[in-house]
Amino acid sequence: MRNIKSNPYTYFFLLPAGAIYLIFFILPTILSFFFSMTWWTLTDWKFIGLENFKVFLSEPSMNIGFRNTIIYAIVTSGLKVILGLLLGVFLSMRLRSVGFIRSMVFFPALLSTIAVGIAFSTLMHPSQGMINTALSFIGFVGPDWLGDTKIALLSVALVDVWKGVGIATVIFIAGIMSIPQEYHEALSIDGGNAWHRFRNITLPLSRPAMNTVIILSFIGGLRTFDLIWAMTKGGPGFSTDIIASIIYKQYQAGFYGISTAGNVILFIVVAALAFPLYLYLNRKEVDL
Amino acid sequence: MEKMIAPSPMPKEKMYARKRPKQKRNRTAGRLITEIFAVAVTIVLFGIPLYFIFVNAAKDAKESSLLNMSWPSTFQLIENIQLVFAAENGMILRAFFNSAVITIASIILLIFFGAMAGYVLHRKRTKSTPVINFLILVGLIIPPAVVPTIWVLESIGLFKTMPGIILVEVALHLPFTVMLYRSFMATIPKQLDEAALIDGCGKLRLFFSIILPLLKPVSATVIVLTAVGVYNDFVNPLYFFPGADNATLQLTLYNFMSLYSTQWNLLFANILIISLPPLIMFIFFNRRIVAGMTAGSIK
Repeated sequence: MRNIKSNPYTYFFLLPAGAIYLIFFILPTILSFFFSMTWWTLTDWKFIGLENFKVFLSEPSMNIGFRNTIIYAIVTSGLKVILGLLLGVFLSMRLRSVGFIRSMVFFPALLSTIAVGIAFSTLMHPSQGMINTALSFIGFVGPDWLGDTKIALLSVALVDVWKGVGIATVIFIAGIMSIPQEYHEALSIDGGNAWHRFRNITLPLSRPAMNTVIILSFIGGLRTFDLIWAMTKGGPGFSTDIIASIIYKQYQAGFYGISTAGNVILFIVVAALAFPLYLYLNRKEVDL
Repeated sequence: MEKMIAPSPMPKEKMYARKRPKQKRNRTAGRLITEIFAVAVTIVLFGIPLYFIFVNAAKDAKESSLLNMSWPSTFQLIENIQLVFAAENGMILRAFFNSAVITIASIILLIFFGAMAGYVLHRKRTKSTPVINFLILVGLIIPPAVVPTIWVLESIGLFKTMPGIILVEVALHLPFTVMLYRSFMATIPKQLDEAALIDGCGKLRLFFSIILPLLKPVSATVIVLTAVGVYNDFVNPLYFFPGADNATLQLTLYNFMSLYSTQWNLLFANILIISLPPLIMFIFFNRRIVAGMTAGSIK
């Protein structure tokens, strides 16, 4: 009988998850604010104030990372939303090839980023790569996708979209499928056409799915590292360096303080852009 | 919804078709052309890169250096795979073992600890609930702090160890996992808990033999998400699991990239080997995986 009286929902259940999460995620996050203001060798540290941040923000090789991180996040998330929505609408139709197309589009999401990065570096080879060979067949001279400082970042972003659009698509399909049939019936009685259906039913009612895609791909874009590292290592020059790749380079060079400062800057960028976006898009959903 | 977009055999539609048969035929033809076009585009954009990897993994070094997608003159896929397995004293076998252990251990810990946390966080609302919600939200959005995590691992002697990387993977996947379990708990009526307790069921037994089995659909989602996420993870092993013996499949592939810059065939064979487990899983559990990853993203 004692069991009934005492509360069965004890925080004991929270203990293992809570301990792991606090020790291996929250604690390092809090520590990073301190260590970002030190000259640090892991065993020893000296407090140097905001010096690391000054270095990070004044060095052209580092502050280029800001611009690139934000461009990359906007381009990848924008394309994933647009292409994912179009594919989602198309694949919600009753067509014979839906299963095939959906599987093909989705499969890259299961592949390793490094493998995709390597494969596309060879496909994007300026003289031998398949993409430029195909373009020369139809009379175009393809650019040096990864070697031209002006377009290298966008080339990597396109590969990111190739790999990630499948997830966006299946999220949109789930959202579109959950729209009640009655709306469509109402529309057909009122004599609406396909455009009206898209504009007045599909688009507004798949809004939750769109919010999910925007949030996921935007945050993913801001935090991205492995695809850029596998394809360009931040080059040529520093033209594709993003904040996360600079963090890694500074870590490799042994500048742990600067690396951690970069990490804090990435927190601030992500938080400053993603939290407001998250709250704005979820403003009607009360419970987290 | 399907009915609406496809011209379905509804009476109204039939009437319409009888009056204007030509237009109806045009529409069907149009749909067929659209569909063929869509399939062609899909094959070009998504099929060719995969085919490209496959044929180049089966060529000899000289042919694969041309980076084209002609069929290999001598098909030596098996030999190439054997060479990859023999490289660096069988490094890839060690990598397979490490990746499997890290992935499976992370899945098990996440299911148990995540379900426990999600359960109590749904059932018990206290003053600290908003704080916990905030911490979960932080974990969903903020990237991990790299060097401080290394410092923490180093101070407790777990840097460059298997338990270390497993715990980091678990910590980073926990916010999402807990959120999934917590929202699914809403579908399990609280009266069930009460009935079990009245029948003399203990707190632990209530969770482990009644609640946990009911959470199976979420656990399936967690397995899919964690398997894909941890198996393909490159960044965390790169930082927290370095060292010659500490290979994971993704790290080995990355190291092969510089090692085999002149032997593309072996690099592609390596890519093929690494992509095989996800491919096999996808062939058998296509719907389950798509559903899992979708449910995963739409909380």
